[in-house]
Amino acid sequence: MRLLALDSLIVGEKGIVNTINGGRTASRRLYEMGFNRGSSVQMVKNDIGPVIVSLAGSKIALGKGLARKILVQPEQVR
Amino acid sequence: MDTIALVGNPNSGKTTLFNVLTGTNQHVGNWPGVTVEKKAGKTKYKDKEYAVVDLPGAYGLGGYSEDEAITRDFVLEGKHDIVINVVDATNLERNLYLTTLLLEMGTKLVIALNMADEAENQNIKIDLARLSQELGVKVIPTVASRGRGIDDLMKATEETINQEIHRNSISYGEDIDGKLCYIENRIEQRVNSSKYPPKWLALKLLENDKQIIDRFLEDNEDGQDLLKEIKSAGEEVVAASGMEPELAILDKRYEFVSRALENSVSKPKENGETLSDKIDKIVTHKFLGIPIFALVMFLIYQLTFTLGQDVLGEMAAEGMASLGLWIGKWLETINAPGILTLFVTDGVFGGVGAVLEFIPIIIVMYLLFGLLEDSGYLARAAYIMDRSMRALGLHGKTFISMLIGTGCNVPGIMATRTMENKKDRMIAILINPFMSCGARLPIYMVFIAAFFPKHGGLVLFSLYGLGIAIALIMGKIFSKTLFKGEETFFIMELPPYRLPTLKGTLIYMKEQVLSFVKRAGTVIFAVVSLLWVLAILPYGVDPHSEVSILGRIGNFIAPIFKPAGFGTWQASVGLFAGIAAKEVVVATLGMVYAGVEEGARLISTIAGVFTPLSAYSFMVMTLLYTPCAATIATVYRETNSKRWAVFVATYTFAIAWILSTLVYQVGRLFGLS
Repeated sequence: MRLLALDSLIVGEKGIVNTINGGRTASRRLYEMGFNRGSSVQMVKNDIGPVIVSLAGSKIALGKGLARKILVQPEQVR
Repeated sequence: MDTIALVGNPNSGKTTLFNVLTGTNQHVGNWPGVTVEKKAGKTKYKDKEYAVVDLPGAYGLGGYSEDEAITRDFVLEGKHDIVINVVDATNLERNLYLTTLLLEMGTKLVIALNMADEAENQNIKIDLARLSQELGVKVIPTVASRGRGIDDLMKATEETINQEIHRNSISYGEDIDGKLCYIENRIEQRVNSSKYPPKWLALKLLENDKQIIDRFLEDNEDGQDLLKEIKSAGEEVVAASGMEPELAILDKRYEFVSRALENSVSKPKENGETLSDKIDKIVTHKFLGIPIFALVMFLIYQLTFTLGQDVLGEMAAEGMASLGLWIGKWLETINAPGILTLFVTDGVFGGVGAVLEFIPIIIVMYLLFGLLEDSGYLARAAYIMDRSMRALGLHGKTFISMLIGTGCNVPGIMATRTMENKKDRMIAILINPFMSCGARLPIYMVFIAAFFPKHGGLVLFSLYGLGIAIALIMGKIFSKTLFKGEETFFIMELPPYRLPTLKGTLIYMKEQVLSFVKRAGTVIFAVVSLLWVLAILPYGVDPHSEVSILGRIGNFIAPIFKPAGFGTWQASVGLFAGIAAKEVVVATLGMVYAGVEEGARLISTIAGVFTPLSAYSFMVMTLLYTPCAATIATVYRETNSKRWAVFVATYTFAIAWILSTLVYQVGRLFGLS
């Protein structure tokens, strides 16, 4: 199974959250905001500054550093 | 009276529901020991009154942020009779996570399925009976922004308060359930006086919740044995599931949510691009984002200053002046003692009136920012600025509080409340006073008119720029020293754009303005009265002269300012008065220099006393030094710490003294004086 850091998804690409490699606080925050295992995220904006992803219908902006800690399984073949 | 606690995610419409329930019948108070405010109010249903408490928006109850700890502790303390959990009907997957945490706490619970109309528009179908059955609590659809569903919600609330709790607990899988059951028994054997439900405590201990473990050890000095057992139970969970117990439990909560939603909610597979998406494409665009933001800010300042200052502000000033005159005359006709008349006209209306003139500005600014925040744009502004601010070790939201600070530091500092991270928030509070507020503008105006009439714009720009630069530099220094090492990250939900509700905005504005009038008004009234008394004592001296107590104080502090080039008692008194309120500086200088309040004579007198260099140095001083009493009081209120308030008052003074001295001495080296 190929895993990618969330911030490497291109706009429009979807992925399933697999693991979060963060410190305890950051991981917990991410889980509680809905980045739990198995949830589907879609990249909305990924250029400069924080990335914006769509998660269960809401839009969430997260810093690149934080996005890098989220490993996803890409849904589409690139 | 029964108490209802409102709990929900940020942007779930919780505050809108609160406003609908309580109307204008609400008040804001501080929690003891913490900085975040709680809002409380009253509502009526079937002739019965209920107290309603609006708790800070939270995603979880882990106590990782102050907001969440407050919400959790409130629910744990059990001073409420029921929780209304406000959830966003269009976003149940994420919102119901918080619901599971509330279910675990064993509190009486009703769910307000808010924004039910939006869910309908998005073609999301929710089987209410089924969902209610899965969760074990009543689920009531509401549209808080239009006041729909409120009666049903209150009916369900009343019924639930009078019922026993009947619901199945969440299952975390056989392995963990067994362990929890064992730990729960052990807690029941051991702890006779646990403050917390044993079942919940067992869960938190297995989850390795540091705060709860600490509290558990406080209550149970011999609790280490049990913790050891729990630790090895946790290791068994890791061996069996490959996950830390905390994460395994978290996973099961989400599983519980998706199982509950599986049969009760159907959502269309794909949603096309919404209007929100289209707006976002433009306003968060990589090149357009910042220019658009700048334009929005420019418009807000223009409106605030033209509407708030020029139109309403002048009216307020004139109204105050004629009211003062009228009361002065009235006092004379009833033969009131001269000293009283003088105090009322000169002290009360001269001093406090000067502050009240700023109310229109505050009203207009809060109205505009309230609209901006309600619309959802402010979250985008923080997003756009995050990149530039991050380069300085600051949070994107810091920039918003700085911008508001250029209007007035008090709302600027209050705007930091939206920041989750304590470190980021503290830095934003500490640097805000360097933003040159509107009240400092008249001071610059007088000195520019006296010395730099041709280069006014440039001088003004250099001062505002210097303020921003110092704020950013200090921010960077603080993030590297005082608050080093605290983890900070940027994560923020961008709520869909919404039309702000007039009611919500007005309530918000009224609240802020009232608190400004009440708190700042009382402080400034006291200080202005004091200054006035100091200026006429000892009895018989020329009011506002060198031999008055105020003049002597000025002479006493004057040597401090000598290296900066304005070591006169008059300048010192002006700065001294400015700590009460920056508005008072010009009036005080006028009194002591020329015997007039302001205007041409003050300008010509100042032109004879200062040099262009010492004038610039003085302006740098007024820009940067100790903020006004209202700002210091706000720092105290927002940090709930006298030490931070004193720190802000003193470190800003030190910075200002160093910089103005630097300006003066370097200028002299270049022969400018």
